[in-house]
Amino acid sequence: MTESAATPTTAVEIEALILKTLNEHAGDSGPFSRETRILADTNFDSVNVMDFVLDLEDVFDVTVPLNRMAEIVTVDDLVKTIETLLSES
Amino acid sequence: MGIRDRITAVSEIAESLKGAGRDPSSLVIESITSPAEAMIEGRETLLLGTNNYLGLTFEPSCVEAASFASQQQGAGTTGSRIANGSYAGHTALEQQIAEFYAKKSAMVFSTGYVANIGMISVLGGAGDTLLIDADSHASIYDGCRMAEAETVRFRHNSSEDLAKRLRRMKGKDGDKVVIVEGIYSMLGDTAPLDEFAAVTREAGDDVFLMVDEAHSLGVYGKDGRGKCQEDGVEADCDFIVGTFSKSVGTTGGYCVSDLPGFDALRMLSRPYMFTASMTPGTIATAQAAFSIIANDQSRKERLWRSVRHLYNGIQKLGFQTGPQATPVVAVILPDPLAAIALWNRLIDEGVYTNIAIPPATPNSLSLLRVSVSSALEPEQIDRALSVMSSVGLELGIIQPPALRVISGGGAAVSSGTAQRVQPTKGAAAPRA
Repeated sequence: MTESAATPTTAVEIEALILKTLNEHAGDSGPFSRETRILADTNFDSVNVMDFVLDLEDVFDVTVPLNRMAEIVTVDDLVKTIETLLSES
Repeated sequence: MGIRDRITAVSEIAESLKGAGRDPSSLVIESITSPAEAMIEGRETLLLGTNNYLGLTFEPSCVEAASFASQQQGAGTTGSRIANGSYAGHTALEQQIAEFYAKKSAMVFSTGYVANIGMISVLGGAGDTLLIDADSHASIYDGCRMAEAETVRFRHNSSEDLAKRLRRMKGKDGDKVVIVEGIYSMLGDTAPLDEFAAVTREAGDDVFLMVDEAHSLGVYGKDGRGKCQEDGVEADCDFIVGTFSKSVGTTGGYCVSDLPGFDALRMLSRPYMFTASMTPGTIATAQAAFSIIANDQSRKERLWRSVRHLYNGIQKLGFQTGPQATPVVAVILPDPLAAIALWNRLIDEGVYTNIAIPPATPNSLSLLRVSVSSALEPEQIDRALSVMSSVGLELGIIQPPALRVISGGGAAVSSGTAQRVQPTKGAAAPRA
């Protein structure tokens, strides 16, 4: 499980933390970037993706409901979703 | 991906499994002669993958009740209870299950799967949140997909992780419904229900607890009511869901609750409203089976003797098992190929188990899922262990006892040896 020391505030910081967590989960299928498609460009199966999100919730101290995952394809989508969730919390 | 592409993709997987021996989805049980024996491919086969925990499928009182009810009331109900009306048996069975649990209300569904989607889809309304254990059964995930509520996972069996996630959503409007299972169907581990009950209770009046006792009904608790009774938390369980397709020995599902107005949920639950109701034969079977579960604990005691026999026996052979001795005994294999090879060779030798490989398993594990029945005789378990030993050695999944002592020391009689033993390339390869 990954925990972050401080809440990131910028999209760049959010992206960096997402990529770090992604590397911890799927490093074998990297390298990853903002354009990486989370399911298509990794060795993730459907359960792996949910476990990745479980860690991201702890990294950013936010709730990412599974329902939101349908609209998230790329790392960029994830950055925007986390940004929105952080601004709401 | 269109339907043709998806058919092609799944057919390729089925073909590759067939190339390795058999496609599990097309295996046929030619005839079944007892809760623990069947003919498969013309061979007498021991059944260790049935979930028939109490062996009630052949219980004379259950079979006779089904036969009598069918003759008296017909083979089917030809519609839903909302449209066609409830038979007296439906409401009598609900009354019996409510009394069995000492709860105010019960609702029965046509299957255990429908019970979960029927309850979860109605409990998780718009603005509510469903919090589910990460290792939840597919029917729980599917219920969440049907619900208008948001769904949040927490780490498997971690009440601390649940508490953290509940804290994170403090102040959020809407009800929260926590969903856990008594026994988890893949690894056979149990939930710490006392911890979950405490976290849920302390989180406030808008947080409810639902427990799925699919694999624990008839298995745990002094009256066989399940893991909630065993852990003394029935009063904290707002909804207890279960199935008839395991210990009860037929098909169907149910939910019991003390929630005032519970019966009104019938008018809100689409899976309840729009499914044909259970047949008179099924109702009568379930009534007879619940009567046995409530009044005769001898099957449960026999089951637990068999659980210890099989679980300890499998560990002593050097296989890695799931963490707890329960009627679901998981044999953890190094990779999917080893699981496929072992499953096939066991069937060749007349032992049927269930195979489970990612993504249907937690933590990408490859498993044989071996389930115990009280109907299994000790000699039958010994025979199954003997076959598992010879096939496991042949495939290089386990080592001979002498080597095991040298490489594994004391670990030979605990879990963990198989994980370190990689099957040889030739041995683990699919059979031609």
